[in-house]
Amino acid sequence: MMNPLKTLSRREKLGLLLIAGTLLVLPFMLATVGTAWVRITNFAVLFVLLSLGLNIVVGFAGLLDLGYIAFFAVGAYVYGLLASPHFGIHLPFWVILPIGAAVAGLAGAILGAPTLRLRGDYLAIVTLGFGEIVRIFMNNLSNPINLTNGPKGINRIDHFQIGNVNFAGTDTFFGLNFSGPIKYYYFLLVVLMAVIIINRRLKHSRIGRAWVAIREDEVAAKAAGINTRNIKLLAFSMGATFGGVAGGMFAAIQGFVSPESFILNESIMVLAMVVLGGMGNIWGVIAGAVLLSFMPEVLRYTVEPVQHALFGKMLIDPEVLRMLIFGFALVLTMRFRPAGLWPEALHRREMTENRT
Amino acid sequence: MDILLQQIINGLTTGSVYAVVALGYTMVYGVIQLINFAHGEVVMIGAMVAFTIITALAGTAMPPTFIVLAGVLAAIPVCMGIGYSLERIAYRPLRHAPRLAPLITAIGMSIILQHIALLIWGRNPLAFPQIIDNPSFNIGGAAISGVQIAIIMLSLLMMGGLSWFVYRTRFGIAIRATAENVHVAGLMGINADRVIAATFVIGAGLGAVAGVMFGTYYGIAHYTMGFTLGLKAFSAAVLGGIGNLPGAMVGGILLGLVEALGSGYIGDLTNLCHWPGATSWMGERCANGADFVVFGSNYQDVFAFLMLILVLVFRPSGLLGERVSERA
Repeated sequence: MMNPLKTLSRREKLGLLLIAGTLLVLPFMLATVGTAWVRITNFAVLFVLLSLGLNIVVGFAGLLDLGYIAFFAVGAYVYGLLASPHFGIHLPFWVILPIGAAVAGLAGAILGAPTLRLRGDYLAIVTLGFGEIVRIFMNNLSNPINLTNGPKGINRIDHFQIGNVNFAGTDTFFGLNFSGPIKYYYFLLVVLMAVIIINRRLKHSRIGRAWVAIREDEVAAKAAGINTRNIKLLAFSMGATFGGVAGGMFAAIQGFVSPESFILNESIMVLAMVVLGGMGNIWGVIAGAVLLSFMPEVLRYTVEPVQHALFGKMLIDPEVLRMLIFGFALVLTMRFRPAGLWPEALHRREMTENRT
Repeated sequence: MDILLQQIINGLTTGSVYAVVALGYTMVYGVIQLINFAHGEVVMIGAMVAFTIITALAGTAMPPTFIVLAGVLAAIPVCMGIGYSLERIAYRPLRHAPRLAPLITAIGMSIILQHIALLIWGRNPLAFPQIIDNPSFNIGGAAISGVQIAIIMLSLLMMGGLSWFVYRTRFGIAIRATAENVHVAGLMGINADRVIAATFVIGAGLGAVAGVMFGTYYGIAHYTMGFTLGLKAFSAAVLGGIGNLPGAMVGGILLGLVEALGSGYIGDLTNLCHWPGATSWMGERCANGADFVVFGSNYQDVFAFLMLILVLVFRPSGLLGERVSERA
């Protein structure tokens, strides 16, 4: 893998160029429809980052984590506490994001350590409990010392600032108006590229192969000389680190954080993105995350008018409909395409063959 | 003294509900080694159905006991039907799939059930209508209400009934044989599909009653109640040793007690102003009998999860479970 571009055919290169071009001009096209869509896209990219992080744990290492949103929460709260009037601390983002990533990574290791011996559904339930514990603490750590400001959350979080460019307002470069969300979009895009490259390198590295070996057969992996304990901890920690980075950016983009953003449903949503897209396959996971983050927005704009036209009133709230579709999507995917819409070649075999 | 006794009574009440719900998890797990993730939602729907019936009948002249009974009797078949469909839709087609697959379908079913409940009953909690007067009795300085007595008695009755069914009847033998080894049980002429479906249906029926009891005890039913209740009951099942019926009962009651005593005492225990020696460096924050409570009773829900994690770390097979070799 000296130069990954060299291995691509001409058609693939052309496709890649097309995607890159679209991604570059996308925010300006969306901004003509409404800045809201740029924001929606930003949140979609955040969810792509989260799914890629969870994909390391679930897809590569095969450890089902139902409390993944806790790491997102940790990253978001670290950012919120270190860049808001809550404590009066205002550190620049390039200091906080690594701190958030490190704290989240540590939280991942803390979760991983006691659960090393667990597998499958036991692990799922414990991680779920862990996610809930983190949320309960965030909800209640406002007394007697106000750490997290409880259910009200932390407000007025600082925007990113690079030199003189603040991500809150609009700036003009090269004759183009860059609004706040557009600047965040490009920042997110850069982070996303970095994360995708890291993920690809990880996957084909010694560590990545060790993860797959553990997923396929832990006993055999151990017998083959893999230090399963460390490698599993590494998977938890790495996944958590990505979650922490995404959380920090989420806090800055949204401007406030509260425990409500980190409920179990969010963990399940991220898991749905990974599973639906195709566990283990980076492109599948990205597709799943993009699909599921845009779906509710598209539904919001279509379900209401359609229902009004058909029945004259709203019968099903789009939010409820979205969750119902999620539920059915999970059930139907597992029944008919158990390896996801765009599965990894190896995973496809594993998920479709019978268990003996 | 009276606080201790009071918390024990409260703990026994919630604990016996946990135990009944835990039986649903443990029976299914015992037979197919899978967590019925949607069991909590079945319990929730039981409570919602019963509350709807009870509210509808509350205005009539019927005796209150009859109204509550009608609610429970309506909830049981509904939940049994859901339990059966769960098995058919989410578990049977995936019985030979990798074990991640049925877990994910179960999560999907749980989301679907929860949001169907949201569509039917809305976002606001249903309140238990004031139709029964709830007498309070005094035992040794603590109060026990009629509802609490009824919940504890009914739970014991159901646990006893289930034990009799599983250990003393022909079908119970079939269930235990299937749990032991599906293939060999099949060779002995046991229809494994029927046994597995039956465990789902029985568990759902018990869950329906548990849901009504839980809702009656707290006075409300809400479409999200199944999640925490289910998680706690599952913790109880794991605590006692999953797959083990007496284990689920012991685990449920123990979890209820730990939770009640924990939330009753954690405030006092973590009140730094009550710590000898702490008052000096706490300074004026403790002046005039002020309190400095680090963790209050609002951390109640943490106990179940902490206990679950501790059990799984130190004794993964639970209190009464036998050590089984882990399946890959």
